Order: sequence, then structure tokens, then C-alpha cells
Amino acid sequence: MPYSQWMSDFLVFDRHQVRRQRERAAATLGAHDFLLREIGERLADRLSDVTRRFPLALDLGCHSGELGRLLAGRGGIERLVEADLSPAMAARAGHLAVAVDEEALPFAAQNFDLVISNLSLHWVNDLPGCLLQIRHSLKDDGLFLASMLGGETLIELRGCLQEAELEMEGGASPRVSPFADLRDAGALLQRAGFALPVVDVDTITVTYPSPLKLLTDLRGMGETNAVAARRKTFTRRNTLLRALALYEERHADRDGRIPATFQVLTLTAWRPDASQQKPLPPGSGRVPLARALEEGVPRKKNFDA
Amino acid sequence: MTDRTPGIDPKLLEILVCPLTKGPLSYDAEHQELISEKAQLAYPIRDGIPIMLPGEARPLGDAATVS
Repeated sequence: MPYSQWMSDFLVFDRHQVRRQRERAAATLGAHDFLLREIGERLADRLSDVTRRFPLALDLGCHSGELGRLLAGRGGIERLVEADLSPAMAARAGHLAVAVDEEALPFAAQNFDLVISNLSLHWVNDLPGCLLQIRHSLKDDGLFLASMLGGETLIELRGCLQEAELEMEGGASPRVSPFADLRDAGALLQRAGFALPVVDVDTITVTYPSPLKLLTDLRGMGETNAVAARRKTFTRRNTLLRALALYEERHADRDGRIPATFQVLTLTAWRPDASQQKPLPPGSGRVPLARALEEGVPRKKNFDA
Repeated sequence: MTDRTPGIDPKLLEILVCPLTKGPLSYDAEHQELISEKAQLAYPIRDGIPIMLPGEARPLGDAATVS
């Protein structure tokens, strides 16, 4: 078996397909970018919370510049390099645009004060390698701030598609991309050599007028299935219709709107630097724990009102 | 952006390296390419956007194609 084929058996995502979908979505993203803007806004708010300036920043997986526009005037960013796998997306972003593959970054070491990424890293096969390269491209004490979709994302759609397929075709294939979960993300940051890693999770429920509108939006964002093991044929029409019917039947509210769950992981981590806070080495404490407990606990009367 | 000028922003030239070797790139202004001697690849610049995708790079040695 040729090496490339052997390798591809281990790849979760078909990166060519990811790129094709992003190219196709570049022109229409504006009509479907609600989620991107919403999560981007939250990411930009997080950046504003950091009392630090980031003169040179990289937006990795910039789509058509949505996050870049939200970041204008924030975080002390003077120059923002905007990078996307799709040249068509990058062409719609800002002045310093570049087409890059997240799995092979073309940036010199010790470069950026900030690497920020909004809803793109869930399409990367080699996330550990990608994080390592991000850390290399950061200056010491540089910040990495990213949002990505987590494992509970599109749980309703996933269930309905699987059930419809089993029912209509007697078997199921992956229809919705797998996502990293909270613990994976934290462990990966640590493994990539980041300091002070924090991962937190937000669950956002978006309601749509119909399941079909949800699918149209996902396609418009370039976020449809790109799992390498997906069936290379279209989902059968009957199967899809059955899945949409199941979705309505199970999840529709009184007004007939359907919910879709998006689980968003936010990753925050720093390139290590001597100035950062660190735990003391074990055994280096000079105050006995007993005394700290004695003095540290306020006397009970303090609590009585 | 529609007002993109041909050529490449000097700031980008400062920070870009070859994605495969992480080695330096030289800028060929005439052919609008970024050349990685180490990887023997030339990355195209289209409408001012460097296309740093190894799959799209031209192996050196092949004659430059005029698009």
C-alpha cells in the first residue's frame, strides 16, 4: 500500500474537501455568518479583557475577515495578518492576507504577539502539530486565543441523520464531523508546551425556522461534512427527508422552530516566559500548613450576622 | 478588498518562511513567486496574496508557467 494511502486511512478530515467547501462558501458567507460573528464577538470581548497590547497579531482561519473587522481598534493590534486555507476567503479579508494550511504554517519563529482563531481549528487533522507550530510562531509571553466547536455540537442533527440512515438504508456512515472535547483540548495545549492553559465551554442553542434552513446555513458557512470516511455519494434524498422529518418531530417547539446545539470551546494559553507566575517547587514552603489553616480561617463570629 | 495592488506587502515578506522547511524565502518580483531553495519550491503570489500551500507550489526546475 502506498504511504500516502496508508496515511490517509488515519486522517479524519479530507483537507481538500475542507478547502473546496470554504472556496465555495467565500462568496455567500455574508448571508450565513451569524454564528461566526456571534462567537467572534465573544472572542474579541475576551481579548479586550486582557490588559496587554498585541501589536502584531495573526488571525488563523480568518474566513472572509469577519473576526478581523470585529478586532479593529481592540487589544492594541497594529497589524493583523489574516490567513485562511482558502485563497478565495483570504482575498476577502484585510490587507495582510495569506493562504496557509493550518497543518504547515509558513511563519517564522518568535513572530506574533497574538495568534487568534475563530471556529476553524475543528477542521484540522493534526491539532497537536498545529498547536506546536502556533506556539513556535508566538513571541515569548505571546497569547493564543481560539474558539472551536466541541463534541456536543449538532447533537440533534447527528442523531436524526443516523437514525434515518439506519431505518432507510440499513447502515450508518459518519455524516457530521467529530469534534474535540473539553479535556482533549486542555491536554493538547499542555502537550504543545503552552503555559497557563485554560479551556472553557459555552453551549449556544440557535433556533431555526426549519431543519432545511439549518442545513443551508451550514453549507453557506462551508461547514458541511468533510470527514474523510464520509460516503462519497450524496445522502439519498429519502434518507435526508426522513432525517429532516425526525428533526421536526423530535425537536420542534410550539412555533415549529427547531433548535441546534453548538458547543463552543474557548482555548486560552501563553507561550512560556520567565515572567509568568509559576508554582513553587515542592518542599519550598516556609509557613507550616497548620498555621496557615489556623490563621486563615476567620473565627466563626465573623460569619454571624 | 478590491484595491489590492499587485506585489506583496513588505511586512509579510519579513514574517513568511517555507511551510515545509521553515527556511527562508526569496522574493521573485518579476514572476510573483516566493522561492524556497531548501524545499526547491516556488510559492505563487496571486493578487498580492501569497499562496503558501505546498500543493500549489511549483517545483523549481520546471519552467515557470505564465498564467
